Amino acid sequence: MPILTDRDRAAVRKEFEKLTGPVKLVVFSQELLAGDLCRQNEQLVREVAELADTITVEVLNPAIDRERAQAYGVDQVPAIAVEGARDYGIRFYGVPLGYEFSNLIDAIIVASTGEPALSEDTKASLRALTADVEIKVFATPT
Amino acid sequence: MRLAQHMAVASDRVRATAIEATEFPELSRAYQVMGVPKVVINDRVQFEGAVPEQDFLGAVLQAVSAP
Repeated sequence: MPILTDRDRAAVRKEFEKLTGPVKLVVFSQELLAGDLCRQNEQLVREVAELADTITVEVLNPAIDRERAQAYGVDQVPAIAVEGARDYGIRFYGVPLGYEFSNLIDAIIVASTGEPALSEDTKASLRALTADVEIKVFATPT
Repeated sequence: MRLAQHMAVASDRVRATAIEATEFPELSRAYQVMGVPKVVINDRVQFEGAVPEQDFLGAVLQAVSAP
């Protein structure tokens, strides 16, 4: 049974009209650790990817594809890395449903365009950073 | 997460991770997540709730400033 309703699909398709460049969604799944959630996550990502030709999906198992998962900095499942022209460091831990779903769609769009919707002042401040910044955002689906 | 992921695209230095709190209870406990959204920057600066872009940037800059 599909996760997305016809209405969801129509809304996302409309949003995806903003896509310009290719996006790769790397899904991290490990059946033995969180089978149900990993399957649900993988299904959700595939349903989203079906809505635009520019989106591709790759599934990695951190227990098998250890080096690549480490390179992505992913140590938990289920997880998703959203990559555009390069890996911008955007990750989702857990199945992005509900409110997080709109963030996933937004992440795909900004990774595709490479054009963040931030003020010029903010962008200038971020360009001037000389240290790494790791932002964690805890959320719930509702 | 919206501002965080846009910041990640704006700068090579910034990484943004969304964590579904109920699926990762240990992580949520470790970061004492009571309300959501909760933002933690470099394990050093944290705040709860949605904030304007300028305040979010202020928190980022605070997290990388000298102690």
